[in-house]
Amino acid sequence: MNVALAKTGSSRAVSDLFASAEGRLPGSPAISAARRQAFETYERLGLPHRRIEEWKYTDLRALVGEVLPLATSPDATALSKAADAVKAHAIAGACRLVLADGVFAADLSDVKAIAPGVSVKTLRETLEKDAGDILETASTDAVISLNAAMATDGVVLEIADGVQLSAPVQIIHVATAASASAFTRSQVRIGKGVRATIIESFVAAGAQAYQVNDAVIVSIGDNADVAHIRLMDDAADAVNITSHFVTVGANTKLNFFNMTTGGAVSRLQGLITLAGEGSELAINGVNLLKKTEHGDLTLVVDHAVPSCTSREIFRAVIDDRAHSVFQGRIIVRPDAQKTDGKMMTRALLLSDEAEADNKPELEIFADDVSCGHGATAGALDDTLLFYLRARGLPEKDAQALLIQAFVGEAIEQIADDDLRAHVVGVAERWLERRS
Amino acid sequence: MPAVQETVERVKRIDVDQYRYGFETLIDSEKAPKGLSEEIVKFISQKKNEPAWMLQWRLEAYRRWLTMTEPTWARVDYPKIDFQDLYYYAAPKPKKTVTSLDEIDPEILKTYEKLGIPLREVAMLEGVEPKPGEQDPAQRKIAVDAVFDSVSVATTFKAELKKAGVIFMPISEAIREHPELVQKYLGSVVPTSDNFYATLNSAVFSDGSFVYVPPGVRCPMELSTYFRINERNTGQFERTLIIADKGSYVSYLEGCTAPQRDENQLHAAVVELVAHDDAEIKYSTVQNWYPGNSEGKGGIYNFVTKRGDCRGANSKISWTQVETGSAITWKYPSCILRGDNSRGEFYSIAISNGFQQVDSGTKMIHLGKNTSSRIISKGIAAGKSQNTYRGLVTAHRKATGARNFTACDSLLIGDKCGAHTVPYIEAKNSSATFEHEATTSKISEDVLFYCIQRGLSQEEAVGLVVNGFVKDVLQQLPMEFAVEAQKLISISLEGSVG
Repeated sequence: MNVALAKTGSSRAVSDLFASAEGRLPGSPAISAARRQAFETYERLGLPHRRIEEWKYTDLRALVGEVLPLATSPDATALSKAADAVKAHAIAGACRLVLADGVFAADLSDVKAIAPGVSVKTLRETLEKDAGDILETASTDAVISLNAAMATDGVVLEIADGVQLSAPVQIIHVATAASASAFTRSQVRIGKGVRATIIESFVAAGAQAYQVNDAVIVSIGDNADVAHIRLMDDAADAVNITSHFVTVGANTKLNFFNMTTGGAVSRLQGLITLAGEGSELAINGVNLLKKTEHGDLTLVVDHAVPSCTSREIFRAVIDDRAHSVFQGRIIVRPDAQKTDGKMMTRALLLSDEAEADNKPELEIFADDVSCGHGATAGALDDTLLFYLRARGLPEKDAQALLIQAFVGEAIEQIADDDLRAHVVGVAERWLERRS
Repeated sequence: MPAVQETVERVKRIDVDQYRYGFETLIDSEKAPKGLSEEIVKFISQKKNEPAWMLQWRLEAYRRWLTMTEPTWARVDYPKIDFQDLYYYAAPKPKKTVTSLDEIDPEILKTYEKLGIPLREVAMLEGVEPKPGEQDPAQRKIAVDAVFDSVSVATTFKAELKKAGVIFMPISEAIREHPELVQKYLGSVVPTSDNFYATLNSAVFSDGSFVYVPPGVRCPMELSTYFRINERNTGQFERTLIIADKGSYVSYLEGCTAPQRDENQLHAAVVELVAHDDAEIKYSTVQNWYPGNSEGKGGIYNFVTKRGDCRGANSKISWTQVETGSAITWKYPSCILRGDNSRGEFYSIAISNGFQQVDSGTKMIHLGKNTSSRIISKGIAAGKSQNTYRGLVTAHRKATGARNFTACDSLLIGDKCGAHTVPYIEAKNSSATFEHEATTSKISEDVLFYCIQRGLSQEEAVGLVVNGFVKDVLQQLPMEFAVEAQKLISISLEGSVG
């Protein structure tokens, strides 16, 4: 198969789109040049397809086909719709930062409530000042190049050394424009000794069939304690492709959690590099999929230095004709002795037409390490169901109870009680919708 | 946890510079001109006195091969192979038509003797008393088909097998004598268009073994093929086809060695197994091709396509492999579980040393109802080698009740090598149950608890469970190979990583 030849009509459409959108994309002349270059990379590669190993199970050419035109900046009506959605999905007590259709909405954000030691800027202003290398990532992935070319806005969050945040920071992405794309890119810099909780929510405000392409670049200093929670609750026919690049310093704890409960096609691809010794990384994920939804979690954990621990727990519940994908890779570099890495992925298939694809990879170059992975796929245990039904529970309730217990293993890794309760609530609502 | 000293020493004993089979046999041989073209394909076909359909089959494969590109997805790295710089056919020069073992070139027989391959076991049949202490010959009967470079030089026990109705002969003979069987089954499991190396093999394969076990027959002895590459710059392309008809059983073993040479040699084999209703095929490999020297020079490039088709209900195919040789191994013995209730098994021990690169594993494709499969893989990497397990387990929509259990462990000795695991697990129906694990402590908590309660340490208990399991399979290997395999198996699991 010749990959270079396989260019679809959609990539041509995007090329027109870039030309028409270029004037609206913020940035100095240097940034414009970088965007142009990134776009050329995307144009050369086209949308990822199944012949590209990393995208084997998520063939965007087949699933998405085309990239929709850039969403227009939200007007007053759009913003008022967005405000309702934000209210519905806000986490109590959190400091909210809202991106509506890919544009920072200052009026919907708690700009005044930002804690001391925390600085919030928009990607737009950062790019216009030509500051930094925010568009650069060590990746040749086509969707990331497209993001660099098209990113309209995002949050540039900095937390100074030693800051202990009592309230979480919640970044809410709201879609109000139907059949349009939003490209966002955010940067989160967390200093040494910081204690913080970051939440990202993806929600729809009545919009349908929209596309989200988000990129988040996170760096965490030494001795920090960070919880990062991501809730993807998009409209049922939306597309959400997000790329995360995370670098973790020494003796730091990072607890990452992702839950996908919506979206026709969703993918979170993350590269987490453990760059300082003695750090502990926990990554937990839940996919709750139904109808023809396609949810993909692709993670690379790179143990670049010795003595780090990583734990990954992933649970997928797949109903109807939905398709869940988990691709996890643990890399242990030659010097990364005393690495302790574990990865466990389990899929629960509720229907005969559901599909679960798991690819838990290990790539180990050091000899004094302990790494393991496990993967299972199967249906609900009949004996357990029978036990519950014999005690008078209707079938759906019995199933719901078992499913809750199944995903609970991943959710209970969230340390904060209120947050965990919120996430459990989202999962419960999904189960209610199912029955 | 790092590997224990005992393990380190054991692996050292089979390091690349300890290769014992690196000698060369000086015999006259006949070679086709270097390079590959339609003429060479025709030459090989003509040499084998093949019927026209066979030549046609080869030419079609050759033409398709010309349009294909080499696969690059495996985690192996080697300079580009110049396919025009190889001899595609080399045969020991025949002195006259061979009718019995005595007429075979004594040099060749000597070679096999040096390798410990009992071609002359025929003598035992003729009433030679076993020496005291030796095992009863009746229990160690193995029919051997020896392939030297491109041709099969001898097949033993033919007569006795014939009595049972089992056909065991070089595939070149089978094409002439049993064309109906060959035509029916050749390429039915690994089609000529399957992959780059299988297509190349289809065009130029020169010999290999053919086995047909008729319905209801339990093959009275182990069948074995021994492959030896002797000539310089030759590729060996053998083709094995084994058919187990309804309710039959056959156990088959292959072994391979090659002389030590500075240049790399190519080995691209295709093995096809077909198991009909209630039939069972057990296929074991002890692969000990020359792995190259301690600087990574020379060695065999081993690009092999092996696939078994459980075509009938209740059929079973089991692959066992002990991989210690080859500079590069690219090999995925697979099972297509088509028949209802069929079963596939894959047991593998891959040990890499020096600069060896191993990318091996299996595919279990569940198509039928209530099919089950089991994968046990142990990879041990030492020196500067890279050892990758790559496996696919998939259950299709109609494969209700499919079950798979996979355990793959790897062990690293030293900090210059790498061990990798790339499993693909695809479940497409809810009643499929897949379990994949790579952590030794999870094998079976009950059994472990039982052992530990009786005073064994965790480590000993795990070793006992896994080794006991693998040993069970390996003990069924013919004697000659079991000893070597046992040695490899006894390598401790201590310090193993997922």
